[in-house]
Parts: sequence; structure tokens; C-alpha cells
Amino acid sequence: MLIVGELINSSRSMIKEALEKMDSTLIQEIAQKQVEAGAHYIDVNCGTQVYNEPEIMTWLVKTISDKVSAPLCIDSPNPKVLEAGLSSINNNFQPMINSITAEAKKFSEVIPLVVEYKVKVIALCMDDRGMPKTTEDRLQIADKLVNDLVLAGVKEDDIHLDPLVQPVSFDSQAGVAVLETLLKLKELYPRVHKICGLSNVSFGLPTRKIINQTFMIQTMTAGMDSYILDPLDKKMMGFIYSSQALLGKDDFCMNYISAHRKGIYTE
Amino acid sequence: MKVLNEISQALQNGDADLVTEKAQEAISQGISPSNILNDGLLKGMSIIGVKFKNNEVFVPEVLIAARAMHFGLNILKPILVNTGIKPFAKVVLGTVKGDLHDIGKNLVGMVMMGSGLEVIDVGIDVHEDKFIEAVKEHKPDILALSALLSTTMAEQKVVIDTLIKAGLRDTVKVMIGGAPVTEQYCRDIGADAYATDAISASEMARKLV
Repeated sequence: MLIVGELINSSRSMIKEALEKMDSTLIQEIAQKQVEAGAHYIDVNCGTQVYNEPEIMTWLVKTISDKVSAPLCIDSPNPKVLEAGLSSINNNFQPMINSITAEAKKFSEVIPLVVEYKVKVIALCMDDRGMPKTTEDRLQIADKLVNDLVLAGVKEDDIHLDPLVQPVSFDSQAGVAVLETLLKLKELYPRVHKICGLSNVSFGLPTRKIINQTFMIQTMTAGMDSYILDPLDKKMMGFIYSSQALLGKDDFCMNYISAHRKGIYTE
Repeated sequence: MKVLNEISQALQNGDADLVTEKAQEAISQGISPSNILNDGLLKGMSIIGVKFKNNEVFVPEVLIAARAMHFGLNILKPILVNTGIKPFAKVVLGTVKGDLHDIGKNLVGMVMMGSGLEVIDVGIDVHEDKFIEAVKEHKPDILALSALLSTTMAEQKVVIDTLIKAGLRDTVKVMIGGAPVTEQYCRDIGADAYATDAISASEMARKLV
């Protein structure tokens, strides 16, 4: 299981304020807290800084990697921002980028960075035709992505396919399409990882946390093995550990037990 | 009038068949179509809008209300056209160049249609020239531009600049939306309005014209 902590994102008001004040202490604190809560990677996203995204990304990455001992996930749709982030990392962990897609232009711009910096890469199942709707759409794009990435020299173990989770409030079949895709991907590419964020699925519905938690358990059962989420959400992390134990991915249930000892399950 | 309340209520419940039935009943009672529209259908839709903002109703309920509205409009439209009442405001809607996201745009389109606007959806990854062509061809009151990425929101400005160059800026109001878009950005690029969600977008569109 690989957890990417999602809290360093400039669309969150706390981060936006920290960026305005260049408050490095607060940024470092939030990164550190996520690591302590079980995040393996710290996502860094400053997409709302439209006029100086590369500069802000550079500052964030330096600020975090100076103080926090954890690998970073550089998150931007802009290849220049990805490069600004990757070239500023001040530690020896293998970075991750979020993301590449099967859009021709996007793929050709991002793949050199994937190869040069030997990163783990989140590959979104979308191509020039748009967002996938059906399981078949997703599988077709996943196939192209895996083939093209492997051909470029990327190890299967470094690929995290994102099946693209869409709101179930808008399309009742959106959740099941992802679950079906995961089951197929498990057969077709057992060595390739599968990742997703959990908040899209609940867009437009009440009590979103319940939908997000349930979908985490369902997707993990269908083969998802990495998530972009808020690791400070104790309930969600608690369900991650219990699901892992029940799916036979936690020898002697040791991770579950130590989560209990850390107090994750106390209200 | 009782039947108008029933239309409003049926619309809020998302009951498309009942809205159709009650709209026909209202017509046969001799109630004017604009009366049915304003005090029945649109009244129901605006209550849904308020409840949506208060987190009392949710996206699926907005969608079925919009569908029910659409059924009601289909009954009224032929009569409205015959009576020479000003047609509904027209919106050209699309996602800008380089951006393939369609869920937000589709949601906006459905709610706009549901509140009686005529929506021409020009799709995703739309080149600025294609927006200009659509403005020339359809002569919309509103051009609505969606962008979900920090890399593509700059295209919203490109479209506005291209409108200015083509001498068309004064012929159409421009609305923008999408996750990274802000009120400030709306002012920066000279758009007329910004909306955070589909209901606000639809209300904003009605206010603009």
C-alpha cells in the first residue's frame, strides 16, 4: 500500500495563506504531520498560483525537502512546473509525478521528465478523445499507457494507473465502471500499480466522507493499491489498515495492531 | 393557482411525468404559457436552487428537477413561440482548447437547459476560432467557457482576446468557470461573470441578459 498525502495543495485555504506569507514552518509542519500519520509520499500542488506556478513549486519543494525526510509527489498539469519541482528536490528519495496522460502532446512533453528523473508516475486513463466513460474506454487507454511507458524504459513497478474516478451523483454507473476496470487491470497488468483520489466520487452528494470511505474499501478489494488522500483523516486511515489485514496484505496483522496502539481507532 | 403550485411541487420532486400532465392541465384551464413558466416551472426551479445552496438538496436531485423542467418546457414551447413571446436567452457553452474535461460543463449545460435557457454545447477542447464561429453562427446572448486545469484557464483569456479582435466582444456576455478559476481571475481577463457551480452559473446567465 502506498499513500500519497494530499494536504499541500494551494486550493486549500490554509496552504493558500501560508503561500501568501511564505510561511515555511507551516508548510514543513503539514508535510511532517502527514509522514507521521502514515503517508509515504507528500503531494505538492500549487495549481491555483496561475501566474507563477513554477516559482512557487520550486519554493515549496525546497522548503519541504530541506526539513522533511520523505519523497515528494510533484503535482501539476504543466510540464514546466513538473520540471521546476523535480529539479529542486533536495533529497535522495525517488520522486513521483502527478501526472502523465495518453494525450499525445502531454505524453510527449512529460515522458522525458519521467525518464530523466527516474520517477514513479501517475498515469491518468484519459486520451485525446476526452474523459473515459466506460470500462472499455479505460482499458483501451490503460493498455496504450502501459505499453508506451514500458517502451520508453519505465519499469512496471513505477507506473501507477489512475482509472479516473468520476462523480456518482452525475452518472450512477461511475463507481462500478472503476471497480470493473480494476478487476480487469489486475488480470492484465498484475505488476502495474493502481492509484486514485477518493473525493471525486462523492462530488454533489451529502455526507461525502461515508461515500469516500466506502469507495476506498471497494476499490482496494478490486485491486487498488495506492491512494491520494488526507492521511490525517483517522477514520480513513483506520479503514486502510483494517482492509489491508482482511485482504491478506498485512502479515500477522501487525500494521493493524500497531495502528490500534497508535490510537487510530480511539474516538 | 392550485395547478401552478402543483407544477412547482412536481418539478421539485423531479417528477417529469406529473410536470407534463399538470402543464397540459394548466393550458387547458386557459392559464397563459408565460404564467405557467414563471409561476410554475421557474418558481419550482428557483426553490431547488435555494435548497441546493443550503445543502438541502443535492446534485442528483437538481438533475432530475432539470429533466422535469425540460419536459414541462416541451409542452410550453410550441405555444410560447406562437404567442410571439421573446425566446429564451441563448448560451454557447464549451470547454477551452487543450482541456478535455466535460463533467462540470455538462452539469452546467443541463441545469441551464433546465432553467429554460437554450444551450448550444460546442464540446471539449474547443479552439478559440471555433468559439468565434459559434458566436457568429448562433448569435448567443452568453458565451460560457469552462476550464479545469491551471494550464488551460489561460485559454479563457485567449477566447476573450479573440472576440475583441473579431469585433464581437460587445455582442455577447462571457461567463467563465472551472476548478482553478476565481472571481479575481474573471476580472483580470475581462470576463463578465464567474460562477462556482451549475446552479449559480444558470442563475447568473439569466441575470446577465
